[in-house]
Amino acid sequence: MKGYFLRARGEKVEQYQIITGNQAAALGAKLCRVQVVAAYPITPQSKIPEVLAEYVERGELKAEFVRVESEHSALTVCISASIVGARAFTATAANGLAYMHEQLHWAAGARVPIVMPVTNRGLGAPWTILNDMQDSLSQRDTGWIQFYCINNQEVLDHVIMGYRVAETVHLPVMVCYDGFRLSHTVMPVNVPSQELVDQYLPPKKPPYSLDPENPININPVVMGELIPGVDGKLWPDYMSIRRRMQKAHEGALEIILQAGKYFGELFGRTYDTPFTKYKTEDASAVFLTMGSLTSEAMEAVDALRKEGIRIGVIGLRVFRPFPAKELAEVLSGLEKVIVVEKAISYGYETPLATETKAAIYSFGTSPYSLIWSWVVGLGGKDVKPRDLVGICNAVFHNAPRERPLWWHEEEYTYERAVC
Amino acid sequence: MSVPFVEIPDREYVLPGTRTCAGCGLTLAYRYILKALGPKVIITLPACCLTILHGIYPKTPVAVNALNTTFASTAASASGLVAGLKATGQNDYVVVGMAGDGGTFDMGIQALSGAAERQTDFIYICYDNEAYMNTGVQRSSATPEGAITTTTPVEPKQQPKKDFLAIMEAHKLPYMATCCSAYPRDIYEKLSKAKNIRGTRFIHLYVPCPPGWGFPTNKTVEIGRIAVETGVVVLFEIEDGKLRLTGRSLTMARSGRKRPVDEYLKLQGRFKKMTPEQIASFQKDVDERWEQYLRRAEI
Repeated sequence: MKGYFLRARGEKVEQYQIITGNQAAALGAKLCRVQVVAAYPITPQSKIPEVLAEYVERGELKAEFVRVESEHSALTVCISASIVGARAFTATAANGLAYMHEQLHWAAGARVPIVMPVTNRGLGAPWTILNDMQDSLSQRDTGWIQFYCINNQEVLDHVIMGYRVAETVHLPVMVCYDGFRLSHTVMPVNVPSQELVDQYLPPKKPPYSLDPENPININPVVMGELIPGVDGKLWPDYMSIRRRMQKAHEGALEIILQAGKYFGELFGRTYDTPFTKYKTEDASAVFLTMGSLTSEAMEAVDALRKEGIRIGVIGLRVFRPFPAKELAEVLSGLEKVIVVEKAISYGYETPLATETKAAIYSFGTSPYSLIWSWVVGLGGKDVKPRDLVGICNAVFHNAPRERPLWWHEEEYTYERAVC
Repeated sequence: MSVPFVEIPDREYVLPGTRTCAGCGLTLAYRYILKALGPKVIITLPACCLTILHGIYPKTPVAVNALNTTFASTAASASGLVAGLKATGQNDYVVVGMAGDGGTFDMGIQALSGAAERQTDFIYICYDNEAYMNTGVQRSSATPEGAITTTTPVEPKQQPKKDFLAIMEAHKLPYMATCCSAYPRDIYEKLSKAKNIRGTRFIHLYVPCPPGWGFPTNKTVEIGRIAVETGVVVLFEIEDGKLRLTGRSLTMARSGRKRPVDEYLKLQGRFKKMTPEQIASFQKDVDERWEQYLRRAEI
């Protein structure tokens, strides 16, 4: 993890490190000066708590490191620490994330600004330690903001941006990235200086302080109707509190894009759109992807364009809040939207395909794009650019189906029109 | 205890207007627990009768800072409070996790064992009313053998109560103690002591429950006293492995007098199906445990 210096750009000397996604996540947390870390190891996330433990034990990071006995407890520790004012951090994956499920709801409901990397991994049974996105996508409705990263640079950047967003909108943030494909793969990452990160992310300001003379009870029982207080004033019921959460999410995209723009001003990498666009200007079709699959799709697009197919990529970076309007706008007028996803909502199709259809229905302009739902890469099955080329060819030579299409099965049964 | 008279502060932290059942043993005890702990305390509590006591948003009759958490996570929540307070320099708070037998003996055991093994600096109080009372008297692993509950309605519980004190002792805690809501001074003294010890302190608090156990609401204190006087509940504290009997249990040990368990059992509806053989077996268990404590206390 030794850094080396590349050429100076203006007055700023940029430091690059050749690191894995997990090291990038841990380094991001350190730069954010997290005060409490609680994490339980799970493959492929384990390196994050290991690196952070080392930072803490070497005195490079002044934080309380709680070596918890489970993921359920890891998130609980973060929730409580956050409630009394500390900037808290944890990380997980797959069954660990599922084991946290109750606390995911609790964290969002308690409105604590925790940032949590999720190294995406397939859920058992049967056991796998390899990558897909079923774990975090099935936590869609817990109230967490969800980012999906293309590369290790985005992992580092989104941990830092995550705290700024979380502490502004008072919602927890998941920074999702593909297990092994990013978590264990080294790549060059531009590491901002501590001074700049401090400027970007001021110390956490808790919304209230503990006062023994004016004590409060946090997260108590609420009722189903508005509740009169001692002064006769009406206080929110459960549904009003939930509505506030939804409103916070509705306003969060703007905050996310502002945070991404300011990030660009300080660090030179701007995230002012909720997705990455690649060769979409003249495209009649796009791959809609998330995570590292976006990189493969970009390569596939380069290959397909050589064959004269006008195709591009939309790599979705922000999944919750869902940028429905922005996405519908960018997809408007396209003939084909090929949603390629490492997840399935059993009994229907890939979650992103459903969300995209809904977005286009709500905000799209006629004529509507045709949307395909492709399942790929579950449980670590390799997805190469040539698989995406094959998917594109299958789409161009066949009508859309009611059911989602499974590439790795279909590649044998489909007419091998091109590939 | 060695001090003959302890002045208990007048200041109340449990104000009128709790939502507990009439005659609740927990409410009696909680008053003295909070008096002993004082205002610089944060209580974390899961879904349980204590949540009901703490009331409904936006009002609470409890005048200390409190945080509600999920059923399985009391001790983990306390660990988070300890870490968060330390990290933010708020060093003079006492952190207390408090949960019922379900949230401790059953669902909460993992988090509690984890926190105790890490020697996290907090007080854990398990108030034991011997069933899942908040949800309507369902069997827990703390329910004694022979008790009728709503999930053992026809055939009373067939298994003995889990020996949770032995489990907690195996964690080598700096301080652990038992209390009963019928003896408030004992509660006050033990909590005052626990407050000044570092590491994980475990308090087992025995609280009679009128609706769950089937006795009139004006008998809560009497039932608690008989529980101690029959030896069903033994008041003691363990510091660095050394067990000391306290309060009524100590005077009983010195006088050698102990009432038969039948006097305790016959006052409660939940034991009405116990056979004479079961009562004899219950008596035998209580006697054996009592002897064991006497030996350990060197009396």
